[in-house]
Amino acid sequence: MAAVHDHDIAHAHDHHPTGLMRWLTSTNHKDIGTMYLWFSFIMFLTGGVMALTIRAELFQPGIQIVNPEFFNQLTTLHGLVMIFGAIMPAFVGFANWQVPMMIGAPDMAFARMNNWSFWLLPPAALLLLGSFFAPGGAPAGGWTIYPPLSVQMGMGMDMTIFAIHIMGASSIMGSINIITTILNMRAPGMTLMKMPLFVWTWLITAYLLVLVMPVLAGAVTMLLTDRNFGTNFFNAAGGGDPVMFQHIFWFFGHPEVYIMILPAFGIVSEIIPTFARKPLFGYSSMVYATASIAILSCIVWAHHMFTAGMPVTGQLFFMYATMLIAVPTGVKVFNWTATMWRGSMTFETPMLFAIGFIFLFTLGGFSGVVCAIVPIDIQVQDTYYVIAHFHYVLVSGALFAIFGGAYYWLPKWTGHMYDETLGKWHFWLSMFFFNLTFFVQHFLGLAGMPRRIPDYALQFADFNMISSIGAFGFGLSQLLFLYVVLKCIRGGAKASAEVWEGGKTLEWTLPSPAPYHSFETPPVIR
Amino acid sequence: MNVTEANSVVLRKLLIFTVIMFGFGFALVPFYEKICEVTGLNNLLQADTLAENTQVDTARWVTVELDANTRGLPWQFKPLQSSVRVHPGELTQVVYEVRNNSDREINGQAIPSYSPQLLGKHLKKLECFCFSKQVLKPREVRQMPVQFLIEPGLPTDINTVTISYTFFELGNDNTASLDINADQI
Ligand code: HEM
Ligand SMILES: [Cu+2]
Repeated sequence: MAAVHDHDIAHAHDHHPTGLMRWLTSTNHKDIGTMYLWFSFIMFLTGGVMALTIRAELFQPGIQIVNPEFFNQLTTLHGLVMIFGAIMPAFVGFANWQVPMMIGAPDMAFARMNNWSFWLLPPAALLLLGSFFAPGGAPAGGWTIYPPLSVQMGMGMDMTIFAIHIMGASSIMGSINIITTILNMRAPGMTLMKMPLFVWTWLITAYLLVLVMPVLAGAVTMLLTDRNFGTNFFNAAGGGDPVMFQHIFWFFGHPEVYIMILPAFGIVSEIIPTFARKPLFGYSSMVYATASIAILSCIVWAHHMFTAGMPVTGQLFFMYATMLIAVPTGVKVFNWTATMWRGSMTFETPMLFAIGFIFLFTLGGFSGVVCAIVPIDIQVQDTYYVIAHFHYVLVSGALFAIFGGAYYWLPKWTGHMYDETLGKWHFWLSMFFFNLTFFVQHFLGLAGMPRRIPDYALQFADFNMISSIGAFGFGLSQLLFLYVVLKCIRGGAKASAEVWEGGKTLEWTLPSPAPYHSFETPPVIR
Repeated sequence: MNVTEANSVVLRKLLIFTVIMFGFGFALVPFYEKICEVTGLNNLLQADTLAENTQVDTARWVTVELDANTRGLPWQFKPLQSSVRVHPGELTQVVYEVRNNSDREINGQAIPSYSPQLLGKHLKKLECFCFSKQVLKPREVRQMPVQFLIEPGLPTDINTVTISYTFFELGNDNTASLDINADQI
């Protein structure tokens, strides 16, 4: 396989093509990381436009802006685009940039394959978004694509299935690359237990990805054959069972939510020690906690199905197993807090996002535990309470960590300091509008407002209006981030190699901006 | 072993693992069916057995509404009575009628559905046309009985329940999975 041997050549030639060809053919981990991050940001804005359309419709009761069918397509595609297009590629982008630099490797293990894993994404995104223009429109049954709806929909569903196949292949290739790089290409002296936590969390995430992504691929393949080739996996008439899809889907789905949060844990675990100017509290317990979260995440899937029909013993098992996850998660929150305890803290933008993360992610974890309690979940399942829960863990969790990480490493990537004042504005605006949008959704959910509905009863009007105002504020604040990043790429105060005085990991030993080829000769770790 | 070789070893192992996990996704299908069978969940298409001394609770009435639907096949399908009143514990028989309005032979399978969901636990079907596939010749009309009882354990706040059937067409290539079900009966 050509991909295997290419990396030897990749850094042998120093004359790389320029312009478009540079990006199309690049096998350099930094170029590819950059492309992942830009792709992710574009998808973030695309999914954001869908979210704002949804919130505009929900601004008032009644149907004003979009018809219900299109509304359902928007909620479905918003979820798929944000998960597969924005959050996951962003973390892979971070891994591409940071993993080789943090372990002292010259590049990723399979440079050619790395190029492929990225370039599979744009066609997949086009397929996914193109489904809007297919007869019957985009899939409208929710991002979880449950049958029977997903078996009955138009060809937009087939396009989505192919898009999921391609994005899954991309993730698996990316993960294989990351695992191999971490296992085989660490600088001499860097034992596993000396690796930065970001690298550890990504190693575990990558294993989770190769574990569950193929299962999702299997599930959507079964959907595809049910739709087009007369099989009956999920078709009740032919002896199949739609509830089985939910089991297979969530066997992937729950680990997937941890795939989206473990790298965030890693980023926060790098930022907090730097700005508290203290080593991370309880390094090894952090590693073990991450691993136990990953393992536990594989046996809790049916907490998404408490109302789908399940024996009481099953409900009890999945309830207790889910609550158990809160224990290692609590260990992590404790360790971050303990790292800050009596540290000499400063509050630059990355630190603000990291602290915001700790507060709000924990809140999302708490509402998760509430959802895990079967009798309560039977009330709140498929209401806005669940929406609030997972936006607290995904937006103020995963996304805030991505912002924090971007501010943290931007000086290393671009060689310039970003505009600190504007960065802080970005944080405070995001913080305020995020809570305005999503905190009230807890109340809506508890009062019984169902999710995925374009219209609602009058008593929900006030909170929905608040939430919509928050959403537009949040969306506009993200344009500020775009501005700060562009400004930082164009110029700004020259960044030193160390950038932050407390940074202890290997990337801070490289000059800023990091040279095209880093660590041709491996650094030695004492 | 240099790094490149070591890398290809890891690559190969992970690729094999990926393929295994893809297969595992499909292996979940028979696994799921087995679990349902062993635990007795989801046995909508099998006859129930009766505990011997079922008491008839003559003090209570439950109204059973009967519903019939077809999906994607040219059959006319209806219960001969739209509802029956029964005592919990009392063995009851109702009759459904189905008519093939087309000029071809069609295989159909009826799938039951209960409302409220809880009824599933307390409804015992001794005989039902849904236990096997129905083959109707062109223009054939058939009357089919359902024999059932509702256990006295049905919570007392439930006075009306619905039993609904939907007929789906089975293509000739689709029958394999159902034959398996038929064997189990
Ligand atoms: C202590 C940790 C957590 C617990 C106990 C927990 C528990 C739960 C439960 C029980 C549900 C199902 C609610 C329902 O549908 O009625 C749920 C939904 C969800 N959770 Fe969590 N969760 C936790 C952390 C997370 C994290 C870290 C993420 C992602 C980063 C996440 C993302 C989601 C998503 C996306 C859904 C909704 C899926 C859907 O129906 O569309 N959760 N969670
Ligand atoms: Cu879950």
